[in-house]
Amino acid sequence: MKIHEYQARGILRSYGIPVPRFDVATDAEEAGKIAESIGGTVVVKAQVHVGGRGKAGGVKLAEDPNEARRRAKAILGMDIKGLTVGKVIVAEAVDIEREYYIGIVIDRSAKRPVCMVSEAGGIDIELVARVTPERIHRFPIDPLEGMTDGAAAELASMIEPEPEIAERVADVIGKLYEAFVGSDASLAEINPLVVTPGGEVWAVDAKMNIDDNALFRQPEIAEMRDTSEETDEMRTAREMDLSFVKLEGDVGCVVNGAGLAMTTMDLIKFYGGEPANFLDIGGSSSPEKVVAALDIIAGDSNVRAILINIFGGITRCDDVARGIVEALTRRPVSQPIVVRLTGTNESKAREILAERSFAAAETMDDAVQQAVELARGRA
Amino acid sequence: MSIFVDETTRVCVQGITGRDGSFHTERMLAYGTNVVAGKTPGKGGETVHGVPVFDSVEEAVGETGANASVLFVPARAAAGAAIEAAEAGVGLIVCISEGVPTLDAARVYRRLSDLGVRMIGPNCPGIISPGKTKLGIMPGDIHTRGAVGVVSRSGTLTYEVVDQLRRDGQGQSSVLGIGGDPIIGTNFIDALSAFEHDGETEAVVLIGEIGGTDEEQAAEFVREHMTKPVVGFIAGRTAPPGKRMGHAGAIIAGGRGTAQEKIEALSGAGIPVADRPSEIPGLLRRSLGRGHD
Repeated sequence: MKIHEYQARGILRSYGIPVPRFDVATDAEEAGKIAESIGGTVVVKAQVHVGGRGKAGGVKLAEDPNEARRRAKAILGMDIKGLTVGKVIVAEAVDIEREYYIGIVIDRSAKRPVCMVSEAGGIDIELVARVTPERIHRFPIDPLEGMTDGAAAELASMIEPEPEIAERVADVIGKLYEAFVGSDASLAEINPLVVTPGGEVWAVDAKMNIDDNALFRQPEIAEMRDTSEETDEMRTAREMDLSFVKLEGDVGCVVNGAGLAMTTMDLIKFYGGEPANFLDIGGSSSPEKVVAALDIIAGDSNVRAILINIFGGITRCDDVARGIVEALTRRPVSQPIVVRLTGTNESKAREILAERSFAAAETMDDAVQQAVELARGRA
Repeated sequence: MSIFVDETTRVCVQGITGRDGSFHTERMLAYGTNVVAGKTPGKGGETVHGVPVFDSVEEAVGETGANASVLFVPARAAAGAAIEAAEAGVGLIVCISEGVPTLDAARVYRRLSDLGVRMIGPNCPGIISPGKTKLGIMPGDIHTRGAVGVVSRSGTLTYEVVDQLRRDGQGQSSVLGIGGDPIIGTNFIDALSAFEHDGETEAVVLIGEIGGTDEEQAAEFVREHMTKPVVGFIAGRTAPPGKRMGHAGAIIAGGRGTAQEKIEALSGAGIPVADRPSEIPGLLRRSLGRGHD
């Protein structure tokens, strides 16, 4: 789960990392008041879950409260990569002497978190990684020992030459790791970490992603979910525990299992069609999940044909068949449906579906071809 | 032979009294798996489908000689359960549980490495050596004993491929799902290496998907260390970047982990990559120098 910069700033501050004063505004007047209480130059920043906010004009300096009001007015309501800005933060601006990057992510190959530091802060770290990978220092962290003081000091000394300031940087590195673990983050980064001409150290931007699997033990962070960027279908999918990703095509699909669902999409493309979505109904599927899934797919006006591809293991084909019948009873579906059910309780499923007129398919290839042709016929 | 498990494997089921644990214990027993013990705290002394239940894995191991454990516990309890099993002395842990926090998986992997215990999963269907034993949730009846090893990050997609192999008359030595999470115990290389050394396995099918670099590393391993033919398949050619495709680990992040990169890495290592699952049996036959019988 992504959280906003203002939420990440709040978390980092709660772990003792120096974060410049800031507050969140949803209108220009509020932004002006925050600027007044901070005093001096502030920065107004759009709060949306996309990168490149600066380039899109969503980050502006303001020298006084009136300018902060004007900047906030311009940024609020702005469209950044398809998302409408509903919130800005107004934060104290700090003088920049040097800028660093500090980040912690999960290294899948090393099977542990890895801390990355770079003296090339303030710019896109993925660009740095591509163009000058030698400027990023990586340090894997033993998940049982955690970040030791020695490791933090060593990392800090790689980017900051002055020992006294390096100590402050090391302190931030240690606390960032505490925040990473304490929040069950999958990514935590400060970019940039600013060193002021006076030698102070400030986390001027903050980004955190949280492990969805750990939200059950992070109730405060779970509350931070921004549902304003969520469509109705995304909400239904989340509430019904369906994995759903909307795509642009016209062949809707309902599948059990992530790998099989991706393969179904790939086959649609292979046979000349375009998938309308990724949808995994998961393992032990109840009829209710199938009803919800069909609701989401059939409600998409782009969808011209629906493909249901189920390989029964723990998922029982008769459960899915009952879900299909129930969904169609509750809500008539205008698009043609191709059904391919195989595996556990396959023959029971056939009996349940026998009264309905579906295009039934034996194999996955056959099912996908039929669905693609049906969609094309209705284009 | 087969890899990691066979008819001598003595299985403990953690979470045996739960809905899934009980259901799959019955299915495993029906398949012929040597399920010797179950563990649910507070339920010691009961039996589930005739299997004695213990309060701790230590007792289960002491009383029954269990040497492997299958976990059907809630995700939040999985880390503790895995470490308990490892400390009790089992050599193999199969973690079916889905939704285990990534940092828990990191800690478990680290602890199990110290103890020299193998983990398969989490978030996986388990492992089956057809005709011998199954530790997991895959439908037993689609598997047939034979010479093809299958290793996959997926569940149902693996069943699909195994079913295609069965229809083509190609049995399997062992089939394992290594799981769809970012941090997993046993990876492609571990499985490939075991298949390379397994006397019963003649060829291997590797089923990968978008996200991470496990397939790329596997390709490198095949090029340098494997003599047996490997056939590949990668799911997610049409997956958009930045979106988690069901599995926590199936995500193209920062432009990396695409299906294209993985297909190129496998092809570059001389591994034929199927465009569709239905092409896999044919590619295997060709790799083994066999036409249709």
